[in-house]
Amino acid sequence: MDIFIDQFFNIEIMRKSFPLLLSGLWMTLKLCSAVILLGLIGGLFVALGNMSERRWLRWISIAYTDLFRALPPLVLLIFIYAGLPFAGINISPFAAVVIAFLLNNSSYYAEVYRAGLISVAKGQWEAAQSTGLTPAQTLIHVVLPQAVRNVLPDLLSNTVEVVKLTSLASVISLSELLYNAGMARSVTYNASPLVLAALFYLVLLWPLVRLVSHFQRRLAA
Amino acid sequence: MDRFLETFFNPVVMAQYTPDILAGVWVTLQIAAAIIVAGIAAGLALACLRSYGIRVLNVFIICYADIFRALPPLVVILILYFGFPSIGIQLSGPMVLFIVLAATLAAFAEEIFWAGFSSVEKGQWEAGIATGLGFTRTLTYIALPQAFRLAIPPIVNRVLAITKMTALGSAIGVSEILSSATTAQSFSGSATPLTMSVIAYLAIFLPMVAAARWLESRTAWKKR
Amino acid sequence: MANRPMLEVVALEKRFGPNTILKKIDLKVAESELVFVIGPSGSGKSTMLRCCNRLEEPTSGDILVNGRNIMAGTRRDLDRMRLQIGMVFQGFHLYPHMSVLKNVTLAQRKALKRSKAEADARAMNMLEQVGMAHKADAYPGELSGGQQQRVAIARSLALDPKVMLFDEPTSALDPELVGSVLKVMKDLKSKGMTMVVVSHEMAFARETADRVVFMDGGVVVEEGTPDEIFGAPKAERTRAFLSRVSG
Repeated sequence: MDIFIDQFFNIEIMRKSFPLLLSGLWMTLKLCSAVILLGLIGGLFVALGNMSERRWLRWISIAYTDLFRALPPLVLLIFIYAGLPFAGINISPFAAVVIAFLLNNSSYYAEVYRAGLISVAKGQWEAAQSTGLTPAQTLIHVVLPQAVRNVLPDLLSNTVEVVKLTSLASVISLSELLYNAGMARSVTYNASPLVLAALFYLVLLWPLVRLVSHFQRRLAA
Repeated sequence: MDRFLETFFNPVVMAQYTPDILAGVWVTLQIAAAIIVAGIAAGLALACLRSYGIRVLNVFIICYADIFRALPPLVVILILYFGFPSIGIQLSGPMVLFIVLAATLAAFAEEIFWAGFSSVEKGQWEAGIATGLGFTRTLTYIALPQAFRLAIPPIVNRVLAITKMTALGSAIGVSEILSSATTAQSFSGSATPLTMSVIAYLAIFLPMVAAARWLESRTAWKKR
Repeated sequence: MANRPMLEVVALEKRFGPNTILKKIDLKVAESELVFVIGPSGSGKSTMLRCCNRLEEPTSGDILVNGRNIMAGTRRDLDRMRLQIGMVFQGFHLYPHMSVLKNVTLAQRKALKRSKAEADARAMNMLEQVGMAHKADAYPGELSGGQQQRVAIARSLALDPKVMLFDEPTSALDPELVGSVLKVMKDLKSKGMTMVVVSHEMAFARETADRVVFMDGGVVVEEGTPDEIFGAPKAERTRAFLSRVSG
């Protein structure tokens, strides 16, 4: 038991690695805000493409979502980070992560938006447009607010997935939370920094996970 | 254009490394299958246990499901892979990958099945109990089949998301598709093996994505 | 009529937190008797019925079926006792994922351990009795409310219960479908089934009930023959209720 605590919950090592992990957390948060923000916007456009009356647009958006839902995000990341330099395109780790996860996440967000848009009754479109709103105004003021409210739990749970996803950036040596924890582990030969990183993620995400469950229960009732 | 093809679709490199990538595909498929079976079975078992409403047990189940839904799997993988040997537990890379991803899938599956149980009407339980079936048989024959039907689309999506994570095995030396490809890439000095890995993953997962889409459209249509 | 009660409710009490729903209720139902329970909503009549097979757990009191106390004994004893108490719900509660036949055979197979052939034969017999044999292979979603309720009755009957409890069996039905369910209940009565019915079908009560029980505020206010209760109610509350429902 002592050795277990020493190896996984070593307070001394945790204390020492805390500043390093904190700076990693900062990078994780920067990554998250970029990917979440861009993903939310990109996903909306993909979803609108999916609902379009133009067949080719619909076709492209379905191909896009299916393609990036089928590819593991890590594969996409490695392909962009390690593959593109072969084509003469050099790219920073941060940009590689943002691009890879944007492609991945916008397709997940798009699916959520799509479900939301479908859930809004057709009469809402008709009512708004009959009062003289343009299609864009109808979307922004009438349909989207209802759609988002209807799929809030899914948007939230997808956002939790994005935060978890950013840990993959450690694989290409971007010094975010997990990467820094891994560094601290290899210096100390002790897993406590990794456990501390796990605790950071829990503090960040447990409330969101609870919230998702809470929303889902309320919708089910 | 020629240079592009030469870099990403070099036929010589392709021919040379196809066996390696295929070996990686086989490893990925085996681990994925084990994860799916174990994860769903464990998640279903947990949801069933939870329906008995034993307070202490349920606190454990809910905490387990919350923690494994909140933690990035890669963190847990690294803790098991690098931390456990120092307390005398040696786990192979594939074993770590299997344990962590199956545990993660179990957490999500538990929540999905539980949501399914919760949406089975109270009257269904009462009808089963009133006809003398008792709790366990009512659970098995009446609640479970109805919950399962509701759970299929979200389960398929979650299975897809988690089996894709087998690519994380490349971080701990599991010779699945991605690590075969990155190894081949550094030996050959060509990006072609990476392209091959992309193709391999698409071959495995695109049909699953299409199946998920089909399932969703079918249930959505039924609701109307 | 036999002396020994088939169903006996003794000093039944049910509390939800600070609210007392049932206040020491006593009720005896003789073999082959049809007891009709009426009362305003919130009077506790449905709760009383649901306590009779412990779908609702009584706070105190005893429930005796054919002389055996279902409040004593293990959970397994209770499940066995429940086989002798049929229950018909307002909302039918047929299993939507099973055919009509499977709905009727499930508890026979799994709880009574009857063979498939025996359960099927029994089920078809019961479905015939409620006029639903022709729908044996249909699924509940394809049936009207009245048809579903008749199948639900067959599902209970197939277990050879000693008592049948009906919890507002026709309240969820369209008016034109009520008759078919009442007819089945009337047939059942003529075959000598012991029945307790909570319902608002006053005309049916007048015609078929042996005894009518009026409940209000968690107590039995008055009981008697249909003629006594409907013709000359003694208690003021009974009179007020009856004038309201006959409106």
